[in-house]
Parts: sequence; C-alpha cells; structure tokens
Amino acid sequence: MPNFKSTAPKAKFAIYNNSNPDSESGFVEFQGYSFGAPVSCSGEAVFTTSLVGYPESMTDPSYKGQILVFTQPLIGNYGVPSGEERDDFNLLKYLESPHIHVRGIVVAEYAWRYSHWTAVESLATWCQRENVTAIGGIDTRAVVQILREQGSSPSTITVQGSFIPKPIKPETDLVKIVSTKKPFFVKALSSVKTPFNVALIDCGVKENIIRCLVERGANVTVFPYDYPITSVANQFDGIFISNGPGDPVQCMESTVPELKKLLETNTLQDLPIFGICLGHQLLALASGGKTIKLGYGNRAHNIPALDLTTGQCHITSQNHGYAVDVDTLPESGFKPFFQNLNDKSNEGMIHVSRPIFSTQFHPEAKGGPRDSAVLFDRYFDNMSQYRALKGPKVKLTLNTSSLATERVF
Amino acid sequence: MSTSIYSSTEPTTSAFNTDEYNPQLVEGVESVLVIGSGGLSIGQAGEFDYSGSQAIKALKEANKKTILVNPNIATNQTSHSLADEIYYLPVTPEYITYIIERERPDAILLTFGGQTGLNCGVALDKAGVLAKYNIKVLGTPIKTLETSEDRDLFAQALKEIDIPTAESIACETVDAALEAADIVGFPVIVRSAYALGGLGSGFANNAQEMKQLASQSLSLAPQILVEKSLKGWKEVEYEVVRDRVGNCITVCNMENFDPLGIHTGDSIVFAPSQTLSDEEFHMLRSAAIKIIRHLGVIGECNVQYALSPDSLDYRVIEVNARLSRSSALASKATGYPLAYTAAKIALGYTLPELPNPITKTTVANFEPSLDYIVAKIPRWDLSKFQHVNRSVGSSMKSVGEVMAIGRNFEEAFQKAIRQIDPSFIGFQGSDEFDDLDNALSEPTDRRWLAVGQALIHEGYSVEKVHELTKIDSWFLFKCMNIVDMYKDLEQVNDLESLDKELLLEAKKLGFSDAQIALCLNKGSDSRTSELEVRSYRKSFGIVPFVKRIDTLAAEFPAQTNYLYTTYNATKSDIEFTDNGVLVLGSGVYRIGSSVEFDWCAVNTTKALRKEGKKTIMINYNPETVSTDFDEVDRLYFEELSFERVMDIYELENSEGCVISVGGQLPQNIALKLLHNGAHILGTSPEDIDKAENRHKFSTILDSIGVNQPEWSELSSVEEAKVFANQVGYPVLIRPSYVLSGAAMSVVTGEHELEVKLTTASDVSPDHPVVMSKFIEGAQEIDVDAVAHNGMVLVHAISEHVENAGIHSGDATLVLPPQNLSQNIKDRLKEIADKVAKAWNITGPFNMQIIKDDRDEGVSLKVIECNIRASRSFPFVSKVLGVNFIEAAVQAFLSKDVPEPVNLMDKAYDYVATKVPQFSFTRLAGADPFLGVEMASTGEVASFGSNALESYWTAIQSTMNFNVPLPPSGILFGGDLSKNYLGEVVKYVAPLGYKLYATNEDTKKYLETFSKGVSVELIEFPKNDKRKLRELFQAKDISAVFNLAAKRAESLEDVDYIMRRNAIDFALPLFNEPQTAMLFAKAMSLKIAEKVKVLESKDVIVPHEVRTWSEYLHCKPI
Repeated sequence: MPNFKSTAPKAKFAIYNNSNPDSESGFVEFQGYSFGAPVSCSGEAVFTTSLVGYPESMTDPSYKGQILVFTQPLIGNYGVPSGEERDDFNLLKYLESPHIHVRGIVVAEYAWRYSHWTAVESLATWCQRENVTAIGGIDTRAVVQILREQGSSPSTITVQGSFIPKPIKPETDLVKIVSTKKPFFVKALSSVKTPFNVALIDCGVKENIIRCLVERGANVTVFPYDYPITSVANQFDGIFISNGPGDPVQCMESTVPELKKLLETNTLQDLPIFGICLGHQLLALASGGKTIKLGYGNRAHNIPALDLTTGQCHITSQNHGYAVDVDTLPESGFKPFFQNLNDKSNEGMIHVSRPIFSTQFHPEAKGGPRDSAVLFDRYFDNMSQYRALKGPKVKLTLNTSSLATERVF
Repeated sequence: MSTSIYSSTEPTTSAFNTDEYNPQLVEGVESVLVIGSGGLSIGQAGEFDYSGSQAIKALKEANKKTILVNPNIATNQTSHSLADEIYYLPVTPEYITYIIERERPDAILLTFGGQTGLNCGVALDKAGVLAKYNIKVLGTPIKTLETSEDRDLFAQALKEIDIPTAESIACETVDAALEAADIVGFPVIVRSAYALGGLGSGFANNAQEMKQLASQSLSLAPQILVEKSLKGWKEVEYEVVRDRVGNCITVCNMENFDPLGIHTGDSIVFAPSQTLSDEEFHMLRSAAIKIIRHLGVIGECNVQYALSPDSLDYRVIEVNARLSRSSALASKATGYPLAYTAAKIALGYTLPELPNPITKTTVANFEPSLDYIVAKIPRWDLSKFQHVNRSVGSSMKSVGEVMAIGRNFEEAFQKAIRQIDPSFIGFQGSDEFDDLDNALSEPTDRRWLAVGQALIHEGYSVEKVHELTKIDSWFLFKCMNIVDMYKDLEQVNDLESLDKELLLEAKKLGFSDAQIALCLNKGSDSRTSELEVRSYRKSFGIVPFVKRIDTLAAEFPAQTNYLYTTYNATKSDIEFTDNGVLVLGSGVYRIGSSVEFDWCAVNTTKALRKEGKKTIMINYNPETVSTDFDEVDRLYFEELSFERVMDIYELENSEGCVISVGGQLPQNIALKLLHNGAHILGTSPEDIDKAENRHKFSTILDSIGVNQPEWSELSSVEEAKVFANQVGYPVLIRPSYVLSGAAMSVVTGEHELEVKLTTASDVSPDHPVVMSKFIEGAQEIDVDAVAHNGMVLVHAISEHVENAGIHSGDATLVLPPQNLSQNIKDRLKEIADKVAKAWNITGPFNMQIIKDDRDEGVSLKVIECNIRASRSFPFVSKVLGVNFIEAAVQAFLSKDVPEPVNLMDKAYDYVATKVPQFSFTRLAGADPFLGVEMASTGEVASFGSNALESYWTAIQSTMNFNVPLPPSGILFGGDLSKNYLGEVVKYVAPLGYKLYATNEDTKKYLETFSKGVSVELIEFPKNDKRKLRELFQAKDISAVFNLAAKRAESLEDVDYIMRRNAIDFALPLFNEPQTAMLFAKAMSLKIAEKVKVLESKDVIVPHEVRTWSEYLHCKPI
C-alpha cells in the first residue's frame, strides 16, 4: 500500500500581512504536502468552521478566487460526488455549480482514501482535474488564529516544482466572472399547475437556491448580474437577488443602479423581492445603505441569527466577508430583520411596508443547517398575495423556450 | 392536558448581550428537588454525577434552594458545596414521596438522574404525588417523557411528523412476540420499554432464539417490542437542546465505529461524524430538531439514528428526553456544558438569553464547531466474571469509557486504546482468536483487537474486514495508516537509524514512545527502551503541542482552560507560566476504580486552590466532574501514561504532581515520574514502592512488629504445594500471569491448587505466584488515614459486615464501628501510627486488617496497605464530617496542617452503612457469587440512628431493590453445613412469608429453624427459563437467600441457577451469610413498619428519612 503522504510533493502555505500585500517581508509560512493540482496559487485566505460540506463550499461561486482554510481537520473523507448528475429540475444533484471556485484549499489532514456511496472520485483527483491547488498537513487552527487577528489576508500556496506565486489583492470583478453570460430558464415540474415566475439576478447563484425556488413551484428565469431587470420585472411574481463573491461595491455601476431603479418604479411597489448574502448587500446599497468589510468574515454553519421581528433564533449557514452597516439604512424604508448574536452584525433587513426582505445568511444552506428555509415559504406567500392583488396582469411574455436551460459561459 | 409551567412559549428578542434582555423565569420556585441516579451500575454511571452537579450549579446561580436525593455517597454532587440539603436515601417513588412530604419543594428536576430519575418522575406523576403537593416539573414535561419512553406513543408521535422509525410491534407474551417476528421478518431486535441501557434487549435470528430472548425480556418488563433488525447500518446520534420558546440547537453529532446492532454505550464512537456528507448530516440534524419540537422537549434530548450505508434512508431508533451518557460525552467532546444549559433552560431562560459559558462573549444559542476529532471507547471488565457471555449487542455491558482527543483519527484512536488499559500499546492485534472471521463478524468486547489482528498480522484487506464487520471502510483505511506505520518502523533496526521525519510522522499518528520502541526491537537485536525513544525524540525537539477546546474552532478568542495535546500542530495555544500543581485523575471507571476517585481528585484541586495553588488536572474520563470546565485552572483531557504526564509536567514547568488521589493508575507511574525528575507531592514513590512490593512490605511490617498472614512468593507448583501444606488450606493465590478467569482466588485443597496454577495461570520464575494464608471467618476492617511526615492526622475505622474473603470493594462497611472494643480501636490506631511512621507517609493511606480471633487473644493482621487515597475516602469523610482529602492536601503542602485528632474516640449518635451496587442483571450468565475478585460496579450509603436502620435503608438504595413483603414467598438454598441459612430463617419465618426450598435436605434443615413454619418443596425446571419464571410467579417468590459455600463449577449447579435467576427476575438476592443475616434481622425489625407505612392513606415518613446535615448536626464538606 503506497504511503501517499510521503510521495506527495511538498508545498508551502504563506499568509501575508494584510496591510502590505506587495511586500514579501511580512508573512507567516506553513509547511505541508500537496494533494491537488501541481500548481501554485495566490488568493485571499479565508476560513470556514463548517464540519461538513467541502464539495458544496468549493463549488459555491461566493468563494471565487479565494483560498479556503477548513478548520475541520479531516477533509476528503467522503470523496466527491458526481458533478454531472442532475435532479428532476435539471439542476446539479450534488454540487452548487459545475466547477470549483476556490483557487486553493488548506486542510489539516487529507483523507487519501475515501468511503461514501455518492463518491465518484477523490478530492485530490477532483482538484487535479479542476486545476485547483490543495495543501494538507497544515496547523489550520494556528492559521485561523492569524486570520482572526489580521483579517482575511493575501496568501499563497507554493507547490514544489511549480512557479513561485506572488500575493495578490482580491479581484474586483468577481461577480462578472461567475454570473451567467446569458439568461437561462429552469422550469417547475409539470405537476405544478400555475407556477410562479421568479426573476433571479445571478451574482454567483448556488444551485440550491434555484432548487429551493423551483421545488416550491416556481419557474426560475436566471438573468446575468447586469441585466436591466426593471424592463422585465412586470412579467414576474417575484425578484430574487442571489449570493455572490467579493465586495458588493463592485456592482455599484451594474446591479445596484438597476435595483435602485426597480425599487423606485411606481408600478412595482408591491413586487416581492428576496435577496440572499451579496443579494442582501446589493439591495441595501440600492436603498441607500452602506456596506462594510468585516475583519475576517463569517464563514460557518453554526451562526445564531436572531429574528428581530419574532425573537426566534436560527442557526445559519454563512459565507461573507462584507456586511450591511445597519445604521446606514434609510429610516423610512427598511428595518433590521436578523441580527448575528455573536458579533452583532446585521443579518438581514425587511421593508416596513413592502414585501421585500433579504438575509445575509443562506436559508438555502448546502452546506449547513436548514433551519431558516422557511424564509422561502414566506417569499412564496408574498408572491401569492402579489398574484392575488394583480390578478392575470402579471404575465411572462419572455420567450423562455428559447433560453438556455443551464448556466451560460 | 396540564398547562405549561412557563408563562410564555412565545419568543422575544431578549438575548443576554442586548438591551432587550429580560428573561421570564418560572415563577414561584424557591426550592427544587433534584433526583440523582443512585449507585453506579452498568448503563448508568458517573455521567449523572457530572450532569447533576452541573444542574445544581445552575440552580445555585439562580439562588434556588436545592434538595438532592442520591444515596451515592462517593459522588461530587452529594456535597454541601453544591446542594443545600442532601438525602442519602433510595431513589424510589416511595422515598421521594417521603422527602416531598417533609420538604415541600416548589419544583422537581427529573432529567438529570438518568433513567432512574426519569422513571421515578413518571411514577410520581401517575401516583398523583406531584399534583397533590403542587410540584412543578422543571424542563421537559412529564407527558413528553412518557411519549419518549413508550414505544407505541413514540412511534405514533413520529408518524405524525413523517419521521421514519423502525417498525415495531408491542408484545406482552412470548407467543405474540413470535408472531410479531414473523410479521417483520427475521432477523429481529427485541427491546423492552422503560429499560435502562437497553436492558432485556437483543437480537434473534430465528424462532428458537426469539423464544429464549422474549421470555427473558418479558421477565424484566411487562412489554417488549419486536422490530426489524437494521444490522450493518450506520449508527449516528445527535444531541439536541430546545428552550421553552422553541429555539433549537444540535450541540454535537457522533458516529459509531461499530455499525448498528451494538448498544451505543458499548460502541466505539467518534465525534463529530466522519463519513457523513453535508446532505446526510443535515438531513438527520433537521429531523432531530423536528422531533424535539414536536415532542415538546424543554432542555436536552438525544436522538439515535440508523442510517443506510448506501442511500438516504434512515430510521429513528431511540430518543432520550433527558441527560444521558451520550450527552455527557457530547458535552466533554465539544466543551459545551449541556447539563448546565439544560438546567438553565428548565428555569425558563431561552438559549439566546444564556451566554456561552466557555467564551463568555458569544451566546449559548449556537452549535460548537470542532477542529479536532474525539474517540470514545468503552471499557469492559467481563473477565472478572464467571460464565459471562462476552458478546456485545443491544444490551450494554461496559462499565466505563474513555475519551481521547486528537487532530486526526489515528492520534485520537490510539490514545483512546491506551486509555482503556495501559497494557495496550495502541492499535494492536491479539493472537487469542481461534476463529478470526467469527471474531470479526460476531462482536464482542475484544472485536477491535480482532480488527487489529486481521489488518496488522493476518494480511486481511480493508474490503474483507469491512465485509465481515460492516465497519465503514473509512475507519478501516485510517487503521491501515497505523498498520503501514508499524511496517515502516519495523524496518528500522535501531534508534540511530530512525530518521526525524519518520519519528515525527509516527508521533502524528499517535504512536507512543513505548510503541515505537517495541517496533524497533521487533525483528532486530536492539533493546531500545521507552525512555531512550523519549530522549531521542526530544533531541529533535519533537514534543507535543497544546491546543484548546473552545467550542468554536478558534473563530473568536476564548480563554478556556480545556486542553489536549497533539503532534499535528506547529504552535501551542497557550503559554506556560502558571507552574501549577498537577493532579492525576482516576482515568477510566472500571470495577475497583470509580467515582470515589473522581471525588478525591476534585476535592484535591479544591483544596489546592484554597491554599492558593494553580491546579492542572489530567484525566480522560468523560463521565467525571474533574473534567468539567470550571473545576480547575487547566484541564488536560489526556492519557495518564508516564509519557504524556511527563510531557505535560515539563511543558507546564509544574511545581509538583499529586499521584495519590486517583487510585492505582497514577500510582503505577509515580516511581518513573520521580526518577525522571518530577517532584511528587506527599509520600515519596520510593516509599510507596516499599508497600507495593510484597517483600519490602513484609520485611518492614516485621521490623515494626505489625502482624500479617503468612505469605510467600513462589515460582513453581511444587513450591506452592509445600507452602500451602505448611500454612494449611485455604490459601489465597495471586498469579502474576493469568491465562483465564479471575486473577485472585481462594484455594481449598491441593487438587484445586494444581488446577489453578497449571490450567488457569502460568507459574514460573518469570511469573511467580504470591500466596498467603487465607484466614476464614475473621472480621475485616478498613482503616483510612491521612498522615503528615509520618504522623497520623486523621483516621477512620470501618467494619466490614462480610467476613474476610470478600473483596473489600464488595464489602458492606459500617462506620463508626459498632462491634470493636476500645482496646481494638486503640490497637488499630497504633498500627496506623506505626505504618505511617515506617513509610514516612505524607498524605492519604488505607489498610485492610483482619481481626483474627482463632487463637487465644485477638491478633490484628494487615493484609493490604495502599499508600494512596482509597475507595472509601469519600464515605469516611462524609460520615465523619471531616474532609480527609483536604487534610491530605494540607499535608502535601505542609501548610495549614490540621492538629492530629482521634475521630474514633468521638461519640456519634448515628451510623452509616455503605453497601455495594452490583450489575449482574446486565451481565447475562455471570455468576452472582462474591469472592476475592471485586464484582460490584458502584456503591451506595445511608445513615440511620443505628446500624440496622442504616443497613435497611442502604440496601433499599441499591438499584431496583424491592423489599419482599409478606405473604410473598422466599426461596432458600445453599450450604447446609453451617447455621447461617438457619439463622436467616429464624428471623424470617415468623414474619408471615411462604418459605421454599428446592430439595428435601434443605427443607428439613430449614424446618429445624423455622419454629413450626413449614417449608414448601418446589421442583426446579433447570433448563426451561420460561417454566422457571412461571414457577417463580406462581409461588410469588420475592427474594432469594442462597448461601452456597463455593462458586458453581457448571451451569447445571442448582445454586447457580437459583442465584442467576434471582438476578434475571429482578429479585433481591442474598448470597453471603453475614449480610443475609443482617438483612433478616432488619426485616424482623422493620417489615411491620414498612407494611404499615405502605398501606397507610396518609404519608407516614419513616424515621430514617432525614438529611445528611440533620444526622451530622452540621453541614461539612
């Protein structure tokens, strides 16, 4: 039996001092072994404290360009499920998008041999196939302590025999990269008699968000992040703004002004809107609020979010480096909806009079707890009311049959 | 339906760290009755000392008066530093009613005392006691408890929310069970409702097995459930917490290494789950939350699942709506104080209103993230029993468990294996299996060794082992990493050739220095020692790092004191500037070492802190209070091996190490610690060694004029025979190498001696046998004492009820002594003084002494001396109201040393009796016969105004002890050559019982004592358990006295059958003459009162129902 670890190429993981990413002087280095693609990489190091769900996290477009550190020390145990298998909605059965979005992963110990009924390949093989760097043998707890102190930081993984990477600042056009290039259409099951029509603005949407909408009986038309959504909004029962990577201000010239327009259109005052994660931040920016960068972000499956309207506390799945500054929300429009009980950061907002709300956390989960999935039901309730109010006036006239049926790149 | 005790079940935005904080607590609750779990037994052990203690802490913080009922005197919870009032009384509906009548508590906590507490609660509710006294049930309402306990109600409830359970059919007769099995199809599992730890449960593959199993199970419970067996499925558990407004969290999930089919208490378990995908993990998590919300649990709950290994199919196996063994494990595994939180929730706090006590800055309403892996392995002691069935299945048999923490599977697993017993080097094999495939497919307590044997030595593939065991291949792949390392290390011939990288890799995989040394020595001439590996390793700077358990994977800074060591790291979380005192805990609970040493360890740290010392605890037992997050300055959840203790000692620059309060385990490494530079507090290990080494011990006793039974160490059977003839039989033998059966035994003749020394053990110069004269019919005495620089400070003399020959751990102890003259007590004190002086003792010590009055005059002979705290330290401390451990610590430090006092010269107006708690019920087949090997798993003690009253109460405090009431039947059997059985009958006959015997001789014998009461002869259907049971029922037999002279040699032995069935039919069994006579005497004195009290419409509180402080007239300890 080969001793994989001893034959694996050596690798190094370096975390650079946040304030001066171009300088090579301020960095901490960890020695490990490579089990992914034999290439070095560079990206912003962030960590997640989730216990399960590495395939889901790695294919979550919100992680685009980042180097993801897992605090759960044993990764790869259950291999990787099929990235091709699709469910009844033609959505990916196991992954959150067709490809890995993280640039590299950092783990304490990689399981060279996996065991699971859904696995079709090992994590290593998958990373190699997807050209993603992976380093094992790292004291990830020590890494987290550094990231906790100095914030999400530029970092590199150097694989023996590959080039020497330079630390880089996070890219500013990540949403553009991950968003679908053209609209696509996901149809509700034919058993649904009168499906709702949802327009989903794709800033890097997770497969399961689409699933949460379709399985509740909606046809989902997914639009690129910069699509002039207002021009078609009257055809839909609801607008959905997805999650996505990076700083929300990257969309100040694209999605944000379009959302602003949407919010201000008189004829659309009753149109239900739901935003998740980046979608929440963009909605806040569009309504006059501001966002802030968190020190090291919240990436976990265990974060308590208190519903400020009911007092119920949900355990939530999160993945974000930026947050809405709740003090900047215009007083007349939105009020805080959820609050993070750990760091008191904003977790959502709800409009005082209109059927609009958004959350920083991920009610769709995958990975993570599904406690807050009820928010999708609430969104559908809003759409029902909207439909009752508008009657047959809302009609999808877009030729959906001409649209693609999956993401377009 | 009763209304909730909580004024509101609607959430509010109140959180502990917001301006809206405004907890709505249960109103009108000033005093709370807390139900403890009683004596430690299989299935219900130390975990309930931990959970009860945390609950009481939480109540105290809320300024509630706590009244605790728990006869387990060795526990930490039965201390006035925790509970306000303590009753050492039976945890039964009857006695709890008396306490309620006296105390009139406002509320009651039922979910912290295991199944016992829960059953009492349900019974008290049914009897209308809770309603009559208007007592609020804090936390989970009774109705929910009933639903979770009754399989039908439970299945119905889960059906309502579309959660799948294993289909089960309730049966009340054997025939119905057979029919049910046909319906669900073999193989089936049988479970009994309201049973603790899966008692009376099992698998049946065919009708014949089913018949046997059903009749046994129906003898223990009125109803059994027949279910389809899901053997081979994964077993996964979730610990869930819910508050009164419906906020829910799952604190931890755990995955069993062993697939479904083995009781979770007998399974090797890892946390968090390792082979579950996000989809599976959260599917089961969501289901757990759905269940707990639907059932309406307020507090803590455990949900056990069977998960298909190749689909998303799953079944709920069981829900425990109370603190459990698993919740204790989850609590220690995550650092999240589950019991404490559950108690706070019971008072009405919501989860957001509680801060995470670990971080203090974040809320309790979150789910711990683990950045390590936890391994739990059960500890069985089946080899201590004769005729016991070694298979493990759905009924729990283990007596304790260990928990190990590592940063990878291998590290955690190997640590845990060594923690079970120091004789294991790590993951290893054993050549004991004649049929390895069978040992793999039929689980026993030794199966992990069979897995080791197969993978390490027999070349089995992972696939083959998986096929046979159904253990998930992932676990086996990880085991293979250890196997590969073994092979790599065995290639290395000596230490110098071992390169740094391989050595470090081995340490990362959890290899101990000793294990590495063994590998190097294998197949080569080198004789590398553990110490050489250690210094070689240190020369490379390879030392373990220390990591914190902080519940959140370092996401936020948290100053916790909960630590473990690992080689899979490059940095320690903490700095080492405390120079604290190291206290070595007891390690795993096993027969002979249990919660009493946890009490000692906890009290040691308390006393050290009082004297201004920083304390560092090392222990790895998740059932303990010593491993609680707030007991010490630093807690290392670590091995108690020389290697690890020395590592920690050196890292911490510790100022000293306490080795004498954790039982024998820490004592065993004391000398090595000393020789490697550790400062040992108290008696020098060199002196301790002089007591442990038989030669040195004996020589010193001779030199100070202290008597002892004749003894010798012999290295051949011939020598042994000569010695035995010289001193005369019986003799006590202690072989150093045991092949099978118990290590110690009493031998009555030459033939037996030969058999024991040839077939059951090996005697040679390498494996000598220690033999001593066995003195029959003599009284045994326990002396516990504390000395300072060789001078006794305090001592206690406890009388054994049983004569010498019964292991002191199985003996009934009476304190203060009732039958010793002043002269004897003085002489005992003199012996204590001499021994303390001779061994220059500073700290605790214990002696067992025989009062030998065979010849003229009375000679006092020391048979055992342990220079450490003994099992009886908490008992004597609590009975005399003087904390012996505190005195020992003061002696260690030579600070605030108390003036010597003779506690035995004081007059006491009360007596306390400590009786053993046995777990024979759980050990199918085991012969309930007492001897020189200890068999009890726990103990209980009660006070009384005289010895009889305290014994009467104490014996009722043992688990499931139902006092036989006239006119029921009592069955007699055993040795007719002595008068003991007759004495018993003399007392019992006039009380109105029907008397039974199984043969004519016994009948005749009994009738000579029974004062005209005739004895009925019954025929014993030896091989038909069901008929036997029907017979017992028909004759209304309610107790068995079987005083056989010796152990049964075969399963056909009538005395064995009588004893064993008394256990299987849950009847009181008296199997030892002195306790049998004592109980008979107590019956004759107390039975009339008992009958009157039970028949009375008003609650008459019996005399013994008094608090500990009422007996002592003060509140010490």
